[in-house]
Amino acid sequence: MSDQSIRAPQTVTRTARARGLNEEAYLQVTDLQVQFPTADGMVKAVQGLSYSLPLGRTLAIVGESGSGKSVSSMAVMGLHDAKTARISGSIKVGGREIVGLSEKDLENYRGKDSAMIFQDPQSSLHPYFTIGDQITEAYRTHNKVSRSKAKARAIEMLDRVGIPNPRRRIDNYPHEFSGGMRQRAMIAMALVNDPKLLIADEPTTALDVTVQAQILDLIADLQRDFGSAVVFITHDLGVVAEIADDILVMYAGNAIEHGPVDKILGQPLHPYSWGLLESIPALAGEPQPLHPIPGTPPSLLAVPSGCAFHPRCEFRDRVPGDLCTTLKPDLIPRTADPGRTSRCHLKDPDQIFRSEILPRLP
Amino acid sequence: MLLYILRRLVSAVSVVIVTLVASFALFFLAPTDPAGVMCGPRCTPERLQNIQHSLHLDEPAAVQIGLYLKGLVVDREFESGGTVQTCSAPCLGYSYTLGQPVTKLLAQAVPVTLSIVLGGAVVYLGIGILAGTAAAQVRGTPLDKAVVGTALVLNSFPYFVFALIVALYLIPPLPDTSYTNLTDNPLAWASGLLAAWLCLGFTNAAAYTRYSRASMIEALGQDYVRTARSKGISKNRVVYRHGLRAAVTPVATIFGVDLAAQLTGAIFTERIFDLPGLGNLTLRAFGQSDLPVLLGGVLVGSIVLVVMNLVVDIAYTFLDPRVRLG
Repeated sequence: MSDQSIRAPQTVTRTARARGLNEEAYLQVTDLQVQFPTADGMVKAVQGLSYSLPLGRTLAIVGESGSGKSVSSMAVMGLHDAKTARISGSIKVGGREIVGLSEKDLENYRGKDSAMIFQDPQSSLHPYFTIGDQITEAYRTHNKVSRSKAKARAIEMLDRVGIPNPRRRIDNYPHEFSGGMRQRAMIAMALVNDPKLLIADEPTTALDVTVQAQILDLIADLQRDFGSAVVFITHDLGVVAEIADDILVMYAGNAIEHGPVDKILGQPLHPYSWGLLESIPALAGEPQPLHPIPGTPPSLLAVPSGCAFHPRCEFRDRVPGDLCTTLKPDLIPRTADPGRTSRCHLKDPDQIFRSEILPRLP
Repeated sequence: MLLYILRRLVSAVSVVIVTLVASFALFFLAPTDPAGVMCGPRCTPERLQNIQHSLHLDEPAAVQIGLYLKGLVVDREFESGGTVQTCSAPCLGYSYTLGQPVTKLLAQAVPVTLSIVLGGAVVYLGIGILAGTAAAQVRGTPLDKAVVGTALVLNSFPYFVFALIVALYLIPPLPDTSYTNLTDNPLAWASGLLAAWLCLGFTNAAAYTRYSRASMIEALGQDYVRTARSKGISKNRVVYRHGLRAAVTPVATIFGVDLAAQLTGAIFTERIFDLPGLGNLTLRAFGQSDLPVLLGGVLVGSIVLVVMNLVVDIAYTFLDPRVRLG
C-alpha cells in the first residue's frame, strides 16, 4: 500500500453510490457508555459514543488498543456480560433498542440481525467441531429447518465465500483449513442468516498480506450483494482507505473525529489523527525514522481531564488558557463541511494541517 | 492407527516382562523363605528340601524365571502334598499357601477391584464434572467459593482417614459391604459395594471438581465460546456443547491415568471395607512370601497400567480431532 492511496483513496465512486442508496440509519448509536467495575475502580471503556450507519455503507472504526473500538462493537452485538459490564445510552438496530434487552431477546437478535467476524479465525472457530457443524448450527438457531436443508445452505455459503470443493470441505475441521480459508468460513458463518449489520473486528490482522487483500475484497463484494451495513474495526489505515466509506477515530473511549473517509484521511482535523498519519512508515525514497505519537494511551481507570488526548498533544499551547485540561471539547463540525466532526479546541485545525502537518508527511 | 496400536502393544509387552523380571529379582534379593513358611513350626530338614524341590526353589533364580515365563505358554505341573496338580497355560504359578493356581485367584479378585473402581468412577465423575462446571459458571460468587472450599478440605484428608470414618460411622445406615458377583445378583452386587463407591467417589470427586472447574473456566474464556454466543445460540448450549466439549478433554486424560492408579491401588478401599480384591490378595501374599501370587498381582498391575495409557492416547484422537497418532 503506497502512501498515495492512503491520502487519496479510491472509494469516492462507491461512497457516492452508497450515499444515494439509503441515508436512513440502520445502526444508530447514541451516547453509548460502557463501563466495567473492577477492584481498582471503574474502567470507562466507552464514554458517550454516538454514530449512525445506513445500509450499504461501511464505517471504519480506528484507534489504538484500548480506545474502545472492540468494546463498543461488542455492545452493539449485545455480547457483554450483564454481570460485569454497565451499559447506558442507546443502540438502535433497524429501529430496535438493543441496550437493556433480556438475554433471551439478545439470543434471538445475535447472529440474525447482526453478525460478527472476529480477529483470529484460528481461535474463533471451535477446534472440536467441523466447519459444517458450526455453520449449520448458526443457521438452525434462527431457522427451523431440517439438517439436510441447513447443510445445503452451509455448502452454498462456503461456495459463495470462495471455498473450493465445499461439498467435501464442509466436513473438515478448522485445523484442516488454511488461515485464509478459516476466515472465509468464519465469514460464511456470519452471513448465513443474511444479517443486515456485519461487524468485522480486525478480520485481517491475523492473516498474511496477500490473503488480507483477498478477504477485504470478499467482504466488500459480499456487502455489495447483501446490501448490509458494515462496521469495520481496524488499526490499519491502508485497509481503511480500501474498504471504508466513513471513518470514526476513537481515543480513550471517545470518538474524536468522524466523517467520510476521503476527507478524514485526506485532511484530518484532530492532532491525534495527524499523529496516526505521521506514524505510517514511508515505503518510497530514503528510509526515514518512524514518527510515533509520543506517550502512551491513558489508563481507562483514570482518563485525563478535559480533552483525553491533551497529555500527548503537541498543539496544546495553541489553545488559549487551560481549556484543554479542564473542558472536554464537543464532537462538532469544525469547518464549513457539516458532514465531518471532530473533538478539539483548536481554532484553525485546517490551517495547521495544511501548513505544518502536510509538509511533514512522507 | 492400527500400526500405531500394534507398535504400542509390542512395547507394552516388553514393559510387562521387564517389570516381571525386576519383581522376581527383588523377591530373591529380599530375605524371604517361602519353603520355611509352608513347612510350618515342626519342620524337618528332609521335608523342607522336598518342598523346595517341588517348588523348584532349589534351582538357580534364572532357571526359575525361565520356568515361570515358559508357563505362560505351556501347561505346568506342581506337586503338592504328594498329589500332582496341573496348571494349564497361561499358568502364572501355583500359590504355596492357598493351594490354588494363581490364575484362578486373580480371576476371582480382578472383578472385585474393577467393580469398586469403576463404580467409584461413576460417582466421582458425575459429581465432579457437575459441581465443577456449575462452579465455573458462577465463578467468584459465594457458591463457587463454597464448592472450591469443600473440595479443598475433602482433598486434604488422607484417603484412609476419610475411608475409616465412613466405614466406622457412616456404614450403619448403608448396607454392609460384601462382594457378590454381578452376574449372580446385580442388586446384591450394587448394595454390597455402595459404601465403597460412595467413599471412593466423594474423595475423588473433590479433585475432579477442581479439575473440571479450572478446565471449564479456561474453555469459557476462549474466543470460540464468544463466537458461539455471537451466533445467538442459547446460554445452555454455549456452556454445555461448546464449553464442556472442550473442557472434558483434559479431564478425560487425567481420568485415564487416575483409573490405572486406582485399579492397582484400591488396597485401602478393599482393606477397610474388607472386599476380596486384588489389593487384599497381594497384601496377604506379601505377608506369606507367596511369590507366584505376588508376581500375578504385579503382572495384572503392569498390564492395566500400559493398557490404560494406550487407551488414553487412543481416546484422545476421538476427543480432539487435531490429534493424529503415528
